[in-house]
Amino acid sequence: MRSKSAVTLAGVSALALYSSMAVGSKYNLPEPQSVIAKDIYDQHIVLLWICLVIFVGVFGVMFYSVLKHRKSLGYKAANFHHSTAVEIIWTVIPCLILVAMAYPATKTVIAMKDTSSPDMTIKATGYQWMWGYDYLQGEGEGISFYSKLSTPRAQVENKAPKGENYLLEVDNRVVVPVGKKVRIILTANDVIHAWWVPSLGIKQDAIPGFIRDTWFTADKPGIYRGQCAELCGKDHGFMPIVVEVMEASEYSKWVAQQGASAIKTSMHVEN
Amino acid sequence: MAAVHGDAHGHEHDDHHPSGIMRWITTTNHKDIGTMYLWFSFAMFLTGGTLALGIRAELFQPGIQILQPELFNQFTTLHGLIMVFGAIMPAFVGFANWQVPLMIGAPDMAFARMNNWSFWLLIPAATLLVSSFFLPGGAAAGGWTFYPPLSTQGGLGVDFMIFAVHILGASSIMGSINIITTILNMRAPGMTLMKMPMFVWTWLITAYLLVLVMPVLAGTVTMLLTDRHFGTSFFNAAGGGDPVMFQHIFWFFGHPEVYIMILPSFGIVSEVIPTFSRKPLFGYSSMVYATASIAILSCVVWAHHMFTAGMPAVGQLFFMYATMLIAVPTGVKVFNWTATMWRGSMSFETPMLFSIGFIFLFVIGGFSGVICAIVPIDIQVQDTYYVIAHFHYVLVSGSLFALFAGAYYWIPKWTGRMYNETLGKAHFWLSMFFFNLTFFVQHFLGLAGMPRRIPDYNLQFADFNMISSIGAFGFGMTQLLFLYVMINCIRSGEKAPQKPWDGATTLEWTHLPTPAPYHSFEKPPVVQ
Repeated sequence: MRSKSAVTLAGVSALALYSSMAVGSKYNLPEPQSVIAKDIYDQHIVLLWICLVIFVGVFGVMFYSVLKHRKSLGYKAANFHHSTAVEIIWTVIPCLILVAMAYPATKTVIAMKDTSSPDMTIKATGYQWMWGYDYLQGEGEGISFYSKLSTPRAQVENKAPKGENYLLEVDNRVVVPVGKKVRIILTANDVIHAWWVPSLGIKQDAIPGFIRDTWFTADKPGIYRGQCAELCGKDHGFMPIVVEVMEASEYSKWVAQQGASAIKTSMHVEN
Repeated sequence: MAAVHGDAHGHEHDDHHPSGIMRWITTTNHKDIGTMYLWFSFAMFLTGGTLALGIRAELFQPGIQILQPELFNQFTTLHGLIMVFGAIMPAFVGFANWQVPLMIGAPDMAFARMNNWSFWLLIPAATLLVSSFFLPGGAAAGGWTFYPPLSTQGGLGVDFMIFAVHILGASSIMGSINIITTILNMRAPGMTLMKMPMFVWTWLITAYLLVLVMPVLAGTVTMLLTDRHFGTSFFNAAGGGDPVMFQHIFWFFGHPEVYIMILPSFGIVSEVIPTFSRKPLFGYSSMVYATASIAILSCVVWAHHMFTAGMPAVGQLFFMYATMLIAVPTGVKVFNWTATMWRGSMSFETPMLFSIGFIFLFVIGGFSGVICAIVPIDIQVQDTYYVIAHFHYVLVSGSLFALFAGAYYWIPKWTGRMYNETLGKAHFWLSMFFFNLTFFVQHFLGLAGMPRRIPDYNLQFADFNMISSIGAFGFGMTQLLFLYVMINCIRSGEKAPQKPWDGATTLEWTHLPTPAPYHSFEKPPVVQ
């Protein structure tokens, strides 16, 4: 009896340790940097716990049975094979659990879909294999550039040591101000791509010939990295997305710089 | 000729058949055809597995070492296609061929000649798929889901793939019509529908799903073909088409397809668990209703594969709720298996071990399925390694483990010989260990942000990828042990008694000698 409870205790603590590991960053979604990402993060944790409890319950019963109801222990088989009451109970309870899961998810879905009244709008266009950005509305309107992988080819071919942001670094970052609602409009030029920044909690396919939109509001200044998430051919793994979130004043400076360099470029063309 | 035939009448048919290769080419015997299906699917399993090992070898370390990105994409694409259409599906049809007639007391399949044709169609299809690697431009590289416009861009390899999918679809449709007809018309007297073994029930429902969705797949690959070569614009926005329409049509096939690959496993496990618990299946009728509910629900959840493609909130919510609902009948099945084991008198031969392993790991895949069904979470994990982990938990430790359980369970009846129990158990424990080593860590990779279908990755993903690759090679090698156990059993296993499993109750164990004769149930048995 004592050894059995010791085994149970060891099992439970192993599971607890394991699940606490799962909340560490390496084993979980990245640290959320927007309201939506936070909702997703929290719902995922709640679901993990619900699943863990059900898992321990079901397999606790099954493995108790596996240990005790063995032919080798001389256990004689019972002959029951039906119980309507039990069947109803284990149909209804999962339904209730699902309703509890669906309620917060529904609220988040509705929030995610609300792209109305943004502070600024940026169009992202997927190309094989880079992203193009056009600032359509709000501060910085008219800014337009391409954003390509900046990791040197030598690193990919193992001829140079790989840097910290290997494959997650670009020549031109998407720069946005902190705390502003940014609407991203997506399309593609050739095949389907997907624009994904995990810590901001957004992923949206970019579909050639069609427009899709999504939004985020970054909580803190910082650099947030993501990747194309829809197979788009040979260099699908080599078209990252880097979003740099700045304080409002810094952002205004960046916009001014972009304007200056844009004018310089156009003068250069005229010359 | 008539006289010759006249002679045979009134006698039992004997085992005369052409020998050598002609036996296999001309056979209309369900056992021969079942055997061919099983060997074919195992060969395809090793082929698809080799591709998987190529993928895992490339992903062992960051950087490009073995496969250039274009070839890497061909490997992932053909790995998926070969495993789904070449390995798992034909393996289940092989089981149906062997077991459906034996379990319902029928002498053979209803359409014996068509049965031969269904099998032999697989060979050119597989040849097309595998040979496409050697074409200029290589094999298809747009993923096993071959979304346009990417698949419109590909070379001749894509056309080979389209043709192969057409042939495989035709084979599947013929196979399933055969199974439906056999089950509905050729049951032994007294075997009402609600007395059929669960394996037969699950296959009946699966066959209906196949007849429903395979033509849809054929339709969509045909549209892709005409877009590629005949100037149509079904999936091309510039011509008034819509690439997302392809995804809707594909997944209308693709999601029921998922259940086509899992329902027969539920059937196998529902035979094995009661046998080795020496206790009848708990809640038989609720198992039948649960299987039917899963099949019906599976037809209205397809767009959960497309939450990031962009659809109205109402659409996302509908598909989220419908998907979550599938957890209910699936849960009922798991609870019923647990209740079957409860207070049984269990023993743990290899088929039982694989069945328990199946339930244990399939439930993990089910849980990650519920998590993927939640739209906001799916937005994060869609097209990442989390999804890879999820569907390998349901397809490898789900479908494949159930196939192993079935193979160990029925091999004595098929060959008249027992397999080596020690080696069988070793196969189970090694598979269990290496499977989890390969795929459990992929959950973490996906959550941390590693997209699927990429040949190279950031350094933060390096350690889990290395673990996963080691696991994959271990898992691959372990399957050679399975091959050895089976060949060893066929060649030199101990003679098996008529009923090696004392808890077995279905007709093949109770009414037929071991091995099952070439022609069985020429006179139907009477059920109760």
